Amino acid sequence: MTDQAHTPVPEGTSAGKIGWIVVVALMVIGMFVASLLLDAGKVYTVSSEQSWTEYESELADIDLWMVENSSGARQLEHYGAQAGDTRTIATRADNAAFIKETTAASYTNPVRAFVVKEHKRGKSVDLVQYTGAVVFTGWLPTGDSPAESSVKSLMGAPMSVYQWKPTGNVSNWMTTESIPYNVPEASRPAGATASTSRTIGIWLSAILTLCIMSFLFGDNPFYKTAEAIVVGTSAGYWMAYSFYTGIVDQLMINLFPDLVRDWTTPGLPWSYMWDWVYVIPAILGVMLVCRLLPKGGWIARWPLAFIIGATAGFRLTSHLESDFLLQIKQTITTLWAEDVNGNFDLWASVGAVTILISVLLCLVYFFFSLEHKGTVGKVARGGIFVLMITFGAAFGLTVMGRITLLTERFDFLFKDWLHLM
Amino acid sequence: MVNFLRNLDRRWIFLLMGVCVAVPILLRFLPPNSATQMDRSVFNAIEDLPDGSRILVSFDFDPGSQGELLPMAMSFTRHCGFKRHKVYFMCLWPLGEPFIEDAMKILDTEFEGLEYGTDYMSFGYKPGGEAVIKNIIVDWKKLFITDSRKQSLEDIPMTANIKSAKAMDLVVNVCAGDPGAKQWVQYAATPAGLPMVAGCTGVQAPLLYPYIPDPMAGLLAAIKGAAGYEQIMIEEYPILEDFKSARFSSTAAFQRMGPQFVAHLLMLVLILLGNFIFFLDRKRGGTR
Repeated sequence: MTDQAHTPVPEGTSAGKIGWIVVVALMVIGMFVASLLLDAGKVYTVSSEQSWTEYESELADIDLWMVENSSGARQLEHYGAQAGDTRTIATRADNAAFIKETTAASYTNPVRAFVVKEHKRGKSVDLVQYTGAVVFTGWLPTGDSPAESSVKSLMGAPMSVYQWKPTGNVSNWMTTESIPYNVPEASRPAGATASTSRTIGIWLSAILTLCIMSFLFGDNPFYKTAEAIVVGTSAGYWMAYSFYTGIVDQLMINLFPDLVRDWTTPGLPWSYMWDWVYVIPAILGVMLVCRLLPKGGWIARWPLAFIIGATAGFRLTSHLESDFLLQIKQTITTLWAEDVNGNFDLWASVGAVTILISVLLCLVYFFFSLEHKGTVGKVARGGIFVLMITFGAAFGLTVMGRITLLTERFDFLFKDWLHLM
Repeated sequence: MVNFLRNLDRRWIFLLMGVCVAVPILLRFLPPNSATQMDRSVFNAIEDLPDGSRILVSFDFDPGSQGELLPMAMSFTRHCGFKRHKVYFMCLWPLGEPFIEDAMKILDTEFEGLEYGTDYMSFGYKPGGEAVIKNIIVDWKKLFITDSRKQSLEDIPMTANIKSAKAMDLVVNVCAGDPGAKQWVQYAATPAGLPMVAGCTGVQAPLLYPYIPDPMAGLLAAIKGAAGYEQIMIEEYPILEDFKSARFSSTAAFQRMGPQFVAHLLMLVLILLGNFIFFLDRKRGGTR
């Protein structure tokens, strides 16, 4: 069979270099012809303009009693209200007295309802008085009237509750959608135009695909270039994405919720408060980075030990449950299988017997306290057969997966790039 | 001839394989397609739920596996759309998120009346693998504070009154590795008793078969499983014939079975040929 270690690759020899030059030249010519004859890689897009307008509302001289640290209280404070007196409502009598002291406009019905609900649960409620003026903003699609809008605003009330005036800030942007390559020109939506950037994108994808595939012929600079691009792009993407989804969305959101709300997550509930527990992972994270210090590498061992210990404990129970107990339960099943009508099910029974025998054969094969001789050796050999069949099935499925990958790439080249189909 | 085959440069085999895959694609060769009992089990797990049931769909794969997994991911999505199930998308792989956007576009454009927030929504990607699954089984609002569009879950009708993933009627997982179906089995389906089905790559299938039928009701293994599922879908929902040439074709997996068929024939021939030469050499007393 082929001696893979000595498979000739066109490296170093002048004939090999000439071969490469010819192949690349042919491919470049082919691509040029394809771009002229087949409109290869040409992508048409349709764009629509989006426009949103900012509105501002002001409430002067407010006087509101809010539940301490509630989302409404935090919103008022964020928009400029001054926190003043506090009051603890511990009993129903306290509540009744407080209602007499204040007005319905100041001690609003939703707050009263919350207090009553908490009393029923046997809890007291701390209230804070907010005074002063609040100025808050909201965005709506340009053309929509705030007076008719149900979009939630200050203290969860719809925008229509407040008086609004435009701030003059309008945000405009375009949303662009690709039209499938196989849509005929006559059927394209009005305003569809050829997109240079997306066309270049398709060409780049196609060329990089060919560069990667060229490895089958032998290691070469085109493959190396494509490989470096993949590695670099993936690393950059992972780094940026992990920063936002890990550091910002998991850690900072719990340590500095107000900052994250203003920065990346406007929808963060106002009731969301910082949690001191997350100081611990923050410290562990910093300790982990100490691995980079010339003399402080040992510091990283502590968080690493925590990670290993926690993961081991975390996985132990789940593995026991699903990979040990459940598997035993599934193996010890009835060998006389019946269908839903109570009739004997031959194939299900054959399956159950096969599973049982295969498990026993494999167990004997992996039982090393007895020498694999005589009957034990023969049974163990049966275990090898079972394992080989399993590996064969796994190999077959792997081959199927790899062929599908090739099919998907050819699909892309023939359809999206060359428009052959 | 035998000597030529014995010393055959492997690049000829690569070329042959390329031709065997390319030609059926260009000629649109489609072999006979049939669904297996396993494909039917997966289909029934979604079909038998009452309309409007809650389904947690996790796309735990990336573009490297989209050839195998995207067709089944889109079939699952369409099936949920036909059944008007409430679909909660999420992913444990960062590059799974664009596929969620594509799936939501299918629900938005192909199914009238389905709206984001009331019929489907996305939690997006969360790092942490199995820790994410373990957390959302207990209380997902501790981990998922907003959806992928950064809206508060309290403002989304589908999530406003749901405390954890235990409220789901079914978990559907499409996975290419870890974290994936194995972790969903270990941390959701087994401890919480959540019904589950999955679709996976060919490489993963042998590792996941032991979880059938308990706790997984079924498994779509590789492109063959996806093609079988598409077959059942077309039979049950003939309107899908109209989406054969859509961007995400309703028969994408089936179309990939043609190259699969021819490439497997080539593999068989090569294996037989290799064995023939091996036994021939042995008979002649060769030790190659």
